[in-house]
Amino acid sequence: MRREIPLILTGIVGITFFVQFFVPHSPMRELSETFSDWYSIISAFAIWLGGLNLMKISFEKVYKKDKDWFFAVTTIVSFFLILIVGLFFSGGRQYLEQGSGYDWLYRNIYSPLSATMFALLAFFVASASYRAFRARNAQATVLLLAAFIVMAGRTPFGDWITVFLPEGWRLSNLSNVIMNYFNVAGQRAIMIGIALGIVSTSLRIILGIERSHLGGE
Amino acid sequence: MSSEFGIWLAAFFTIGIASFLYKDNPLYKFCESVFVGISAGYWAVALFWENLITKMFDGLGISYSLGLWPEKGALQDIFSGVWNWNILHVLAAILGIMMLMRLFPKIGWIARWPLSVIVGSTAGLWMITYFQSNFLSQLQKTVIPLFDIGRINELSEIGAVMAEQGRSIPLDNYFAAYLGNLVLIFGTLAGLVYFYFSKEHKGIFGRTAKVGIYFLMITFGASFGYTVMSRMSLLIGRLYFLFSTWLGFVN
Amino acid sequence: MDKFWERLLTIDRRVIFVVIFLALSVPIFLQIGLPIPVTREVQVLYDSLEDLPRDSKILVSCDFDPGSEPELQPMAEAAFKYFVENDLRFIVIGLWPQGPIQGNRAIEDIDESDDEYIVKDGDTLYFGADLVVVGNDTAWYGIDFINLGFQVGQELVIQRMGTSFEATFPSDRRFGRPQKEFPIMDGIYRLADFDFVFNLSAGYPGTVEWVQFAVDRFHVPVGAANTAVQAPLAYPYLDTGQLSGILGGMKGGAEFEKLVGHQARATMFMTSQTMAHIFVMLFIIVGNIAFFATMKKSDRRGIRE
Repeated sequence: MRREIPLILTGIVGITFFVQFFVPHSPMRELSETFSDWYSIISAFAIWLGGLNLMKISFEKVYKKDKDWFFAVTTIVSFFLILIVGLFFSGGRQYLEQGSGYDWLYRNIYSPLSATMFALLAFFVASASYRAFRARNAQATVLLLAAFIVMAGRTPFGDWITVFLPEGWRLSNLSNVIMNYFNVAGQRAIMIGIALGIVSTSLRIILGIERSHLGGE
Repeated sequence: MSSEFGIWLAAFFTIGIASFLYKDNPLYKFCESVFVGISAGYWAVALFWENLITKMFDGLGISYSLGLWPEKGALQDIFSGVWNWNILHVLAAILGIMMLMRLFPKIGWIARWPLSVIVGSTAGLWMITYFQSNFLSQLQKTVIPLFDIGRINELSEIGAVMAEQGRSIPLDNYFAAYLGNLVLIFGTLAGLVYFYFSKEHKGIFGRTAKVGIYFLMITFGASFGYTVMSRMSLLIGRLYFLFSTWLGFVN
Repeated sequence: MDKFWERLLTIDRRVIFVVIFLALSVPIFLQIGLPIPVTREVQVLYDSLEDLPRDSKILVSCDFDPGSEPELQPMAEAAFKYFVENDLRFIVIGLWPQGPIQGNRAIEDIDESDDEYIVKDGDTLYFGADLVVVGNDTAWYGIDFINLGFQVGQELVIQRMGTSFEATFPSDRRFGRPQKEFPIMDGIYRLADFDFVFNLSAGYPGTVEWVQFAVDRFHVPVGAANTAVQAPLAYPYLDTGQLSGILGGMKGGAEFEKLVGHQARATMFMTSQTMAHIFVMLFIIVGNIAFFATMKKSDRRGIRE
């Protein structure tokens, strides 16, 4: 029950999706459509699980009066605030429309919080560039030079500092060469490697050899 | 300066999160905890309307029965003797509820059932798509002539015209014609050799792997450059919000 | 001198933060127009759009959140303006739950119309709120554009669209009505019925998945508007012809704005962007000089080896 059924389910679903590439009509088509819908529905529950688990942990923190329990209260209040507003006071299916309560919370709370959280990374990238980005050996120097050419070449600054070169031979052109050839070659090598890894791991999962997603072994 | 309450609230949260730059502080923690709660709630609401309602209630025909949706669903079809695959969404809902059992440690193992559907779907799909798009297509574009003769011929024609105008052919075009294919072929091959660990990196194999490392370093350098570009853009966006939308200093 | 370099090396990180803050803030006030040469990848995307005949239907997938807004929102706005001006119809969806709202915001931001406006066409009343005006051109909700919301399931959503678009996105988000009630959806049964996919992507699911499913499986051309972090990963797809153009980061956005003739936020922000790059490069140079200046000669040899 605990192991066999999940293994069989993985196999059936995996083989269905694999076969429907080669047999894109009935019944494989309907089966793959059904499993696609299942995937969506289960994913939705999985994300709900995340939300509920967050609430469980936050309530426990408050109940046990852990350190920073006050912030757990804030999390709980904000979760229920957007949940109640989104489910009951935002016009139902039209919940995304401008002027709905949900939209207001999104624009004025979620959006600035999320955007600023990511914007902070700019400061840390700058700080890391100063502290950790060292030309310690030939390889690191090449990395650094490539970064310089791309950073300068993707702004007008690159062409200003190479203004003595003929037009078409400046840093912006060099950065094009790096992006379209050297970067493509490197990325392609990584992509091919990853693709082979995914194909073999997928096969192992479908055949039931790889079972780590079922908890160990 | 804005007179909207919403803008002031957004500015408050922006400054609250940014206060972390000075040091970790209660205002930041407050904003962070609001962010965690509001994000989780945001997802939950979106999934309720977009997934639970459309796939489950509409798809099954429950919304139709309640007069909330104009179109019939699986239940109506089944009762009138027509097979509708959407009826199997009931099984997905059961699997979904099994997923929620993770909240209870004693019966948490039951969540492996729905998880196996997720893992199986992804494995079955990825096996083909990655093979096709990221392996075959990429390989196909690596098995190309060493030099792009078509471009070289084109270049000499364009070169003559440009020389008359007193201009030179751009570096990109020269590179594309003469060295582009060589770089793509040997760069990819050398990179792949570097990732091949079943043979010791010695001799020609080792030297090729070393060239591969340099190609990867250029790739990482380019990615770093682009990452800087990306992160700075995000900060510019926030600063613009503060200076323009909130304070009104800039139009 | 050594002490100077040592002090420079151990400088408080908050000093760096202040420098970056100033370097990015000051240019916002200056608003200098900078030259923006157009790269091949952006030109390819623009040309792909130019090749589309009037009334072509474009699927716009907004796969990003506010975290990437400064990069992708200007691209969305420029693209929507271009669609309205060139009579291209667009259907907004999202594989990220934040995407459709970002799409709505872009539409609101390009709209120059008065929401009070009401037009009667036969028996149908159209409200100004459903009308988008860009210059002399107009677009109506449900006829020229529509927002169908979000669907969870990552690449499986694209796979599902391949056989039935209606089953994947059954209702619209403005009126909460079945999507087939809107004229724009006539003739759209599956993904292959679209003429083009314009994907605004900040990660997973995003451009890679659109290439794998929409391009390679269902043969619909895809143009990608990516965050700069993601763009280098997409270049191999451009080389193979799997992608019909890439807009990479704010620079890509500024180039696209130039091509469509609406220079707006991305173009304006390029001054700050340029300053940011200059300062990051300066940090790296100064950091390295200080590092090597404070290092003992013997250590330096060790590093080279």
